[in-house]
Order: sequence, then C-alpha cells, then structure tokens
Amino acid sequence: MNTPKITARNVSVSYADKQAIHDISIDVDMDHVIAFIGPSGCGKSTFLRTLNRMNDTIPSARVSGDVRLDGQDIYAPEMDVVQLRARVGMVFQKPNPFPKSIYENVAYGPRIHGLATSRSEMDAIVERSLTRAGLWNEVKDRLSESGTALSGGQQQRLCIARAIAVDPEVILMDEPCSALDPIATARIEELIHDLRGRYAIAIVTHNMQQAARVSQRTAFFHLGTLVEYGKTSDIFTNPKEERTKDYITGRYG
Amino acid sequence: MNGVVLLILTVGLGIIAWASTRMHALGFRRRSGSRTSSLPHHYGWYVALWTAVPPLIFLAIWAATSPALVTDMVLQAPAAVQLPPPGFERAAILSEARALAAGQAHGAFHALSRTLAPAYDAAQTRIDWIATAIVLLLALAGGAYAYLHVRPEFSARTRIERVVLGLLLGASLIAILTTAGIVASLLYEAGRFFSVVPVTDFLFGTHWSPQSIDPRNPGASLGAVPLFWGTFFIGAVIAMAVAIPFGLMSAIYLTQYAAPRARRIMKPVLEVLAGIPTVVYGYFAALTVAPAVRQFAVAIGIEWASSESALAAGLVMGVMIIPFVSSMADDSLAAVPNSMRDGSLAMGATPSETITRVMLPAALPGVVGGVLLAVSRAIGETMIVVMAASGVATLTANPFASTTTVTRQIVDLLTGEAEFDSPKTLAAFALGLTLFLITLLLNIVALNVVKRYRETYE
Amino acid sequence: MNKPPSQPPAMGWNSPAMARRLRRRYAAERRFRRLGAAAVALSAAFLAFLLITMLAQGLRGFTETRVAMPVNLAAAELPIEPARLKGRGADLALAGAGLEDAVESAATTAFGPMGTDLLSPGAWIVVRDAIKADPGLLRRTDCFELPIASRYDVAAKGVGTPEAERVVAQLQARGVLSTGWDMGFLRDADATDPTRVGIWGAAKGSLLTMLVTLALAFPIGVLAALYLEEYAPKNRWTDMIEVSINNLAAVPSIIFGLLGLAVFLGSFGLPRSAPLVGGLTLALMTMPVIVIAGRNAIKAVPPSIRDAALAVGASRVQVIFHHVLPLALPGILTGTIIGMARALGETAPLLMIGMRAFIAAPPRGLTDPATVLPVQIFLWSDQVDRGFIEKTSAAIIVLLVFLLAMNGLAIYLRNRFETRW
Repeated sequence: MNTPKITARNVSVSYADKQAIHDISIDVDMDHVIAFIGPSGCGKSTFLRTLNRMNDTIPSARVSGDVRLDGQDIYAPEMDVVQLRARVGMVFQKPNPFPKSIYENVAYGPRIHGLATSRSEMDAIVERSLTRAGLWNEVKDRLSESGTALSGGQQQRLCIARAIAVDPEVILMDEPCSALDPIATARIEELIHDLRGRYAIAIVTHNMQQAARVSQRTAFFHLGTLVEYGKTSDIFTNPKEERTKDYITGRYG
Repeated sequence: MNGVVLLILTVGLGIIAWASTRMHALGFRRRSGSRTSSLPHHYGWYVALWTAVPPLIFLAIWAATSPALVTDMVLQAPAAVQLPPPGFERAAILSEARALAAGQAHGAFHALSRTLAPAYDAAQTRIDWIATAIVLLLALAGGAYAYLHVRPEFSARTRIERVVLGLLLGASLIAILTTAGIVASLLYEAGRFFSVVPVTDFLFGTHWSPQSIDPRNPGASLGAVPLFWGTFFIGAVIAMAVAIPFGLMSAIYLTQYAAPRARRIMKPVLEVLAGIPTVVYGYFAALTVAPAVRQFAVAIGIEWASSESALAAGLVMGVMIIPFVSSMADDSLAAVPNSMRDGSLAMGATPSETITRVMLPAALPGVVGGVLLAVSRAIGETMIVVMAASGVATLTANPFASTTTVTRQIVDLLTGEAEFDSPKTLAAFALGLTLFLITLLLNIVALNVVKRYRETYE
Repeated sequence: MNKPPSQPPAMGWNSPAMARRLRRRYAAERRFRRLGAAAVALSAAFLAFLLITMLAQGLRGFTETRVAMPVNLAAAELPIEPARLKGRGADLALAGAGLEDAVESAATTAFGPMGTDLLSPGAWIVVRDAIKADPGLLRRTDCFELPIASRYDVAAKGVGTPEAERVVAQLQARGVLSTGWDMGFLRDADATDPTRVGIWGAAKGSLLTMLVTLALAFPIGVLAALYLEEYAPKNRWTDMIEVSINNLAAVPSIIFGLLGLAVFLGSFGLPRSAPLVGGLTLALMTMPVIVIAGRNAIKAVPPSIRDAALAVGASRVQVIFHHVLPLALPGILTGTIIGMARALGETAPLLMIGMRAFIAAPPRGLTDPATVLPVQIFLWSDQVDRGFIEKTSAAIIVLLVFLLAMNGLAIYLRNRFETRW
C-alpha cells in the first residue's frame, strides 16, 4: 500500500514581508520515513510546521498552496485545527515535557480529547504509549515523578510517547535529536525504525548521517526551495543536482 | 557672621583653590611638554577638596555645638547670677534673651532677659569670630598642604577617584541606614509601648478601644486582634477576591488572545489604574462605592448595613491592585517557555486548555509570588481604608459590617490631641512594627518564590 | 469534513460522540476567551467610570455663580481717607471701614431679606479689589458681579436643596445670575468656605516638597545604583544593601511616615508640617525606586562600551561618568519621573508628619507650615458642606493632570531615547 497520507502542493510561506519557503510539493506516506535536510534557515522546519498548522501560532505567518491529509484540505475553513493536530502529532527540537508527572504527561492528550472513559483504559493507553516509545521499562516504577526530572533522551522519548498517546496518523519530528547525546540519539533512531509502518513519519534533521540512517525518502531544501526529492539511497549516492552534491559532501552548510 | 556666610566663604575658597591650582598645573604641563600623570582639573579638584572639606566638617560639628558654647559663656556673665535655678523659667529667660540679641524679638516678658541680651550678643560675636578664624585656618592649611603636593608626577586622579568611590559607597549605605532607622525607631517606640502594655494583651486581646483607656490597665482596651482580622479581611480576602480573578484573566487575555493593537492600547490603560493616587481611590470609595454597597445591602434585606463597610473599601482596593496582579501574572506567563505552549497545541489542545492545564500550572509559583506581593501591598494600603472603612474595631466576617484596619488605626491614633508619650500614641508604633514585620516577611517569601521560579526556566 | 477520509481514522474522529465533545470544548474555549475580554473591559470600564465621575463633579468646581447687583458706595459713606487706599494698608483700611457690612446691606436692599445669606463670604473682597483699582467707586453707585454663597452656587449647578433651588430660580427669572471661571481657585489656599478655597497653596506645598525629594533622592539613588552595578564586590555587605533596597521599595508608605515622625520630628527636632520634612520622608521612599530603575538602565549598557573605553586607557571613574552614566541616563530619568509621580500622589506618610493642618496661606519657604495636593484632597473630602464635593473633585483633576503630564513625559523619554543594543 502506498497511498500518500499527506500531499503538499505548491506550498509557500511568508513571515511579514519575508518569504520563507517557495512552492514546495512533497508527499508523506505510511511506509516511508521522509527526512528533510538542508542548511539552517533553509525553511525545512517552516515547511514541517505547515503540515499540522503550527504556523498558526505565529501571527505574521501567511501560508498559500494546498496541503491535504487523506485528501482533505487542512487549510479549508471547515478544517478543525484541534482535530488536525490530534491526527498529526509533533515532536520538537528541544524536549518539552510539561511540568507534570510522567503519567500526566502521557495522559494529557487522551484526557483533553476524551479518548479514555475509565481509569483503567487510561492506564492502558499510558502503558501502551510508553512501551511503544521504549520508555516503559525505565519509568514504570516512577510514573508519578515529574517529567522534567528525566534525562534529556528520556524526556524526548516521553514527548514521543505523549505524541503517540492520542494515536495520531502522522508524526512530525523537528530535529528531535539535536539536543541529545549520541547514545540517546541512537535510542531515538531505533524508535523511529520501530514506529515506521504504524505512523507516517516526517523528520527534519541537519545531520546527514541521521537522515541516511532513519529515512527511506529524502528532500533537500536550500534557501526556501525544494532542490531535490527522492529515495534516500539515490540522494546520498547519486544526487542529480549540483547543490545537493555540494551539501552532502560538506562543501557548505 | 552666621553659618550661611561661613558656608559661602568656604565654598568660595574651594573655587579659588580649584582655579588657581588648575592654572598652575596647566603651566607646568606646558613647560615640561611631557605628559603629567593627571589632567589639570584633577589637580584642581584635589586641592579644592583639601581646602573645603575640613572646614565643612568643622562647620557641621560647630552648628551642633556652638549654641551650648554661647550659653555657657552667657552664664559666666555677671548678670547671670540673678537667674533662677534650672527649670522652665530659666530656659524661657535664656531663649528670650537669645531672640532679643538676634533681633528676632523686640519686646520681652522677663526683665532679666533684657539685661542678658547684651551678654548674648557679645558671646555670639566672639563665638562667630572664633569660628571664622578656625575655618580660615583649616582652609589655608589644607589648601597649602595639598598645593605643595601638586607636581607633574603626582597622581591626583587616583586620589580624586578614591573620593568618588567613597561617595558612591556612602550613597548606597543610605539604604541600609534607612532600613536601620525604620527598625530602630519602630523597635524603640514599640519597646516603650510594651513596657506599659504586655505583649500578650496587645497580640491576643480582642477588645480595641483606644478612646477609653483605663490608665491602670491600658492593655485591656488595646487588644489588636480585631485590627489584624479587619486588615486580613479587607486586604487579603475581599481585595484579592477582586484582584486575582480580574488581574489573572486580564493578563491571560492580553498576552494570549488580544491582537497586538488591542494589547498596545489596553496595557497602558490598566497601568493608568496603578498610577492613580490612593487618595483618589479613597475619595471614590467613600463618595460613590460605599453608598452603593449600603443601598445594595438594604435592598437584599440587611437593614443595619454600615455605610463604612469592609466590602466597599475592599472592592476599591481590589481594583487598585488589579494592574499589579496582572503585570506579575504577565511576567510569569511570559517566563513559561514557548515550547511548552507549542507542545500542548501540537497535541490538539485548544488555547484555553493549553492555558489552564499547562501554562498556568507551570507559571503557578510566579503567580503565587505575585499574589503574595499584592497582599503585602493591600494590607499596607492606608488612604482607602482611612476614607472608606470604619474607625470602630469589630470582630466580624460580615462584609457589610464596619471593620477597621491596622493602617487606619495608626492614622487615627497619631492625629488626635494625645501627647507623644501616652500609650495611645505609642500603640501606633507597635502597630507599625507589626505591619512592617508582616509585610517584610511576605516580601521576602514572595521574592524568593519568584526568584526560584525564574531560575527553573533559565 | 467535506470529503470522507480515504482510510478510517484509528479513533473515529468523526463519530457523533467525538463531534459533541468537540462542540463542548469549543464552547468552553469561547467562554474562557469572553471571560478574559470581560475582565479587561470591566477594569477599563471602572477606570472610565472613575474618571467620568471626577470630571463631571470636578469641572463644576472650576466655575462660580455670580449675581449682578448695584452697590451704592456713596450712600454707605465709608470713613476712609483716599490716601490710605494706596499701598499696603489698603486692605486693612477698607476692612476696618466696614466695607463688608456695606456690601451686605446692598444685597439686602437689592434682594430683600434673603439677601443677607445670598452672597459668598468672599464677595466683599471682589468689591475691595475693585476699589483699590479705582478709588472713584467710593463716590458712586456701580453694578458688581459678586460670587454667591455655596448653597446657592451648588443649586445653580443643579445639585442643591429644593429650598435653595427655589431662590436660584427666582434670581434666574430676574436675569441677574451668570457663571464664570473661579480664578481664586487657582490662586488661593485653603479656606473655611467652599467658594473661597484655592488650590495654589497646596500646589506650592507639593512643589516645595517635591524639590526636596528630588534634590535628595536623585543624586543618592543614582550614585547608589552606580556603586551596586559597577563597583560592589560580591560580599555580605553588598547583599545587605541589595536586600534593604528591594524591601524598602515594598515597605508600606505609612511606615516611612512613622520613621519621619520618630526621627525627623522626634530626634532631629525639625518643624512639623514643613515641606522640608515631607520631602525628606518621601525621598527615603523614592530612593529605592530610583536605585532599582537605575540599576536596570546601567545593566542595559553593553559591556563592549566599557571594554572599549578601558582599552583606550580610561579609568573606572572615567568609564562610568563619560560612558555608562550618559547612556543609562534616559532610563534613570524615566524611573525617576515614575518615582516622583508616586511621591506626588502620596498621602499617608505626610499625614504622620503633620501636613494635615488647616493652612490658609501658601508656604513661603521649606520650613513654613504647608500642605500638599493629595492631603488637601483628603482634608476637603472630610468636609460636610456640599460645595466641597466639587472642589475636592476639581483638586483631584488638578492632581491627575500633573500625574498624567509626568507619566506622559516618562513614556516620551522611554520611546525617544530607548536604545536597543
């Protein structure tokens, strides 16, 4: 099965009078992890945030173009942002657990969306999410401790657990490992492997080795435009564009 | 020659010293052609300070001691033997004689003061001449000493800078002096109060009526519990019931919802509320709010409602505190990292869910610290309760009844006709000490809470 | 949701139960938002209500009602030599000659028995000043416009007793009433009759008090801020200074009044009710505000400026006074003006040091008995006479205008000189 989950067509974003990304068209599907790479300031994070309308929180941002989730236009007036974000989860650059207990961090989403009707159902969701995020064994005895007391890598996995607790269809990851040490990074990368197939995953990274390790599709951004998009193996071994080649061989960035 | 003339003389000498030394320094600087260790005006300042500061210190001491010296000299005069023994009359005659000699009075009640006046005049003249001589001597000696030091290789600048540093240090010590002055004066006067009235009577007594103090047992009518309760009730209960919801919701709306334009307009409007003098709030409370509260109470069947109710004063005080709570809440919410808000919004939470379930709990310590500061401000507030609350101490939790507060009683106690030493007047200082300690405690706790909160997100 | 999703979502987002829940959540969102808007709107409405009340009452306080009536000074035959009408003794001479009675009897002649209490107690002073300007008036009959008594004055402005309003209606029918600016309000000091009170005495007292406050608090505050930011070593003394300043800024103002009473009046023996003592007390209160504002302004000067100056061989003192202080000055001034505005509106500590006395002449110096604007407002607010309500509100307007001007200046300074490094 290879139906695209998200189709983005001719997406442009501008902040105030400055255009951040131009005319980007990309698909995100269930079977392939897609990585967005490029030098900093190239617009890859901005693009990621258009996919669950997190750009709405920046008052000056203007989005044009067409983004569809399962064929539905997510920028249509009747689209419900609250539901959209429940279906398209997000993990941020810096781990941002709420200053609540580990349990409450994971239960937060299901609770606001009313996904559990009883305490035992909630317990089950929390356990399942933490297990999928590979954190259950480490925290099962201290669920009532504060989420901010965990180590950086654990915090980031808690944020992933929090995102999958509402059972999203897509997970967007915005440089999820940039604040972590190599061991924690490896754990997250393993986790991304495990989650593939269950969720459509898009990941922004500035680390090309990471893109090569975790993704099957890669999109290279530069100065707000999409330079090249294709199979990860092709991009890294046989780039068509000169700029891509320069970037992945470390000529600039 | 009086003190002002001597002061002008000293400053004048200083200016002369500054100008002449500077000329001198300019001269040797030009002659030597090489660099001097300091600029000419540094040398000028160095000599000017040496010229003027010793006489100024002398004049300060002199101003405090010379009247006693003059009086001593007058008492040596032959006419002084007729003076009555030390007491009220003797002091009156001496002060009359002094006024006559200074030309401030033309007639005298006591005949003796007329005979003493010339003696006063002579003594004053002698003292003035002595003072002038000493001032000149000090200025010349100091100036000459410094002037001899002025050489190209002498670093006047470092000396001057040391003086400046001393000045800066002195200025910052004023803050400690003020605090010490407050503590000392409150402790001293309150100590005198507690030597008459037992501390336990004051702190735990429930009867307050300073108008009818029994001299044998003043503690019986100076029990401050009704005042403490009234202060707490008006400042911490009623005022906060207004200020917290309004301040918090205003801050939330202005920071999280309002368009930038609306925020730019409404924030200053709220700040204007904070800038209105308390006497205006008090007038408004007494003239408009208090009658309205009473009418409301009568309308709902409380016939006896007071026109100086706790509710009226508390409501207006609450409005006064709104901008304070709002700006503290604003700061606390702003300190919550944006990633926290984004994390919640990205889960599909609505803005209100994000605010009440993530932002507010995260900002809670900051908000609590702000509320504590607001309480401390409310219980120290004076004019609103002086103008709108009652002077009668009653121990009641009914908002329509009249209640009094600590600050109101301090004002009432100190504006009567009582002399300074009566237990009634001293009670004001005991109340002041209590108020000072409670607000101090609240401030220290609140500032610590806020500080620790800021550190968690830095 | 216009199109059905190509594959069913895992949790049934389109189920009726979920739709109901979503509606509820959005309703809660709207409620919360409206609550916030209401809180802001109510606060602003309270401010508007307060200001409108003060304006509505206070603007009446700036005007007075006058009655036009003939005064036959020739018939009164005041025993007075024309020579005494020149120079200083004129006021005393005219008062001694019975001018007040002459004016009152003229009122009785013009309006019958009600004439006796129709005029303001200050009405004859208008006649007196006219005679001083033109002594010829003593030999003829002339028509004067004289201020009427407070109870009729408020009735003419629509808030009097029914009885007084009847009298005013009669006078209006005769066409002798007029309204004009009460110039005395801006020129005189306190008085016992509301038609004769003025705000100048209190304003001058405020001015003198603020001068003392500024002269002490500004230099001390700035020097202390410079010391704490530029020199202070990290030790226990510095900590004590910091804690003292932060707490002084939050100590209730009435405590400063107690300090002033015990130390300045009690120990130093300075005169009661004097602007000198008021200024000293308020200076102690204002200094911490200036120190805190000053430190923030100094902190905002980037270290690169200091480094640049030090690198060309400037001494620490030169760096501070040539570079740091000038750059921080706009911020310090803004903080100072805000602190001074607070001091100008302060009442409670000044009550403690006796500035609440009845003072009928503007102070001539720093040690003269005086009162200040906010205390004057407090004193008038205690008066039972109806005429004082509008005078109180008028005084409030004057005070608010001053405060508004000061805060406006602070905002202007902040916007004009604010530098982003």
